Formats: sequence, structure tokens, C-alpha cells
Amino acid sequence: MKAATPTGANIALFLAGLLFGLGLAVSGMINPAKVIGFLDLAGAWDPTLILVMGGGLALTLPAFHFILKRPAPLYGQKFHLPTLTQIDGKLIAGASLFGVGWGIAGFCPGPALAALVTLNSSVLLFVAAMLAGMALHRLLLE
Amino acid sequence: MENFTPITGLIGGLLIGCAAVLTLWASGRIAGISGILSGLLFPHKTDTGWRALFIGGILIGAACFAWFNGGVTIEIQTSPGLTVIAGLLVGFGTRLGSGCTSGHGICGIGRLSRRSFTATATFMFVAIVTVYLTRHVLGGNL
Repeated sequence: MKAATPTGANIALFLAGLLFGLGLAVSGMINPAKVIGFLDLAGAWDPTLILVMGGGLALTLPAFHFILKRPAPLYGQKFHLPTLTQIDGKLIAGASLFGVGWGIAGFCPGPALAALVTLNSSVLLFVAAMLAGMALHRLLLE
Repeated sequence: MENFTPITGLIGGLLIGCAAVLTLWASGRIAGISGILSGLLFPHKTDTGWRALFIGGILIGAACFAWFNGGVTIEIQTSPGLTVIAGLLVGFGTRLGSGCTSGHGICGIGRLSRRSFTATATFMFVAIVTVYLTRHVLGGNL
């Protein structure tokens, strides 16, 4: 039986979620039209998404390097990192299917969740379908 | 580039980066939204609380922005039928491909994972082609 998540980690994860949601909203990525504006190279191109990813990576690239040299996270026994290392068909097929859905709607999972606060019916529909897609994968392939 | 918002894009990106760094540093976990969310669909006893706190944080963070900003703009032009298809593809694809824009794009590239570089390049390319097809070849007739 796995140990429950330490309280300190739970508090940090809630704060991290808060920062994440705030970042998605501040950056405008919560708006699918803005994401499609980035993906639409042949249209009125909006490069904002590059700065969002660049801002994120400017912190994660150096910080992860040092954090992962530590023996363990601040709260908890070990790091929970992905174990797969091979580039396989599932990775490419999954990323491709995701890319098609992202291109059609302009929503990836984080912004879609954050956009739920608008109570817009299209967002609710998208998130419901996204959860169904995740469940389908679980039932068919896991 | 009349829609380009570099300052808020960069600030939002830095907030998202802070969230990812806090998550790994404090809890040893990857701030990948699709992975965290899908774990809530079929919950385990000891593995649910931190996921719910993180997702709750996203919603509250976005709601705080909407509150202080006096609302949040989202524009959705996708028909309900296509929204459902896109949601299914995003949900299924992110599970098959082990991650989305946050897990692969911000965190995976942040720890120099080859799989994440590959996945990010794949879903970006496919999404750009998808937008080109839906916006410029099919002419928005979908």
C-alpha cells in the first residue's frame, strides 16, 4: 500500500495548481481563439504562445536540473518521474491525435479546465468529451 | 500581429513555470495536467487527494483572475459536434502519448526528455497542419 501524500506536498500542490490556473488565464491561453491564432501560421499570426512556453521553460530548464540532483523532493521519499525512455508508436500516435484535437478546438487539457470557470457550454462539452476520451483509453488499452 | 500580447504572455508563462518548479521541488511530481486529471477518473484511495487539490487550484486560480479582471475572454468558433470530436481526441491522444502541452512541453522538455521533445514537436506540427486544413483549405466549412 502506497503512503498517503504528505501534508506539505498537498499544500504545495494546491498552490502550484493556483499558480498554474492564474498563469493560464493571465497569458490568454484560456482563450482557444488565441491558441488557434498561434497555430494559424497562414492567418493573422499571434506568437504569444511562444512567450508562454518560453517563460515556463526559462524556469523549468534550470530549476529541474538542480532539483533532480537532490536525493528526494522536499516532502516525500522519492521523485515520481516517467519511466519510459523509448520513442515508440504510441507516443507519436498519441501526440498526433492530440494535435488534431488541439488544432480543431484550440483547447489542450489545462486551458480547457481553467476555462470551466466561464461556465460556457462549449467548454463543458469539450471537457466532458475529453474525460470520455481519457476513460476510453483506460478501458480499451490499459 | 495585432493580437500579440507579449507581456501578459511572458508573465503567464513564468507563473506556469513557477507552478511546475514548485510541483517537482515540493512533491517530486510532474505538473502534467492530462496525467493528473486522468488519475481522478478511476481514483485510488491514497492517490486522489493531491490530484483534486491541484485541479481545484487551477479552477480557483482562473476564477481569481476572472474576478479581479472583471471577467475572462474566451471565443469559441467550433461547432458542438466538432467540439466533442476534438475533446475525445485530446483526451484519448494525451493518454496514449503520455502527456500534453504541460507534461511534455513545459516539464518534459524542462528535464530534457527525448520523448517529450518528440511529442511536443509532433503535436505542434500536427496542430498547425490541422488549423491550416480547417481554416484555409476547407475554408471554415466544418
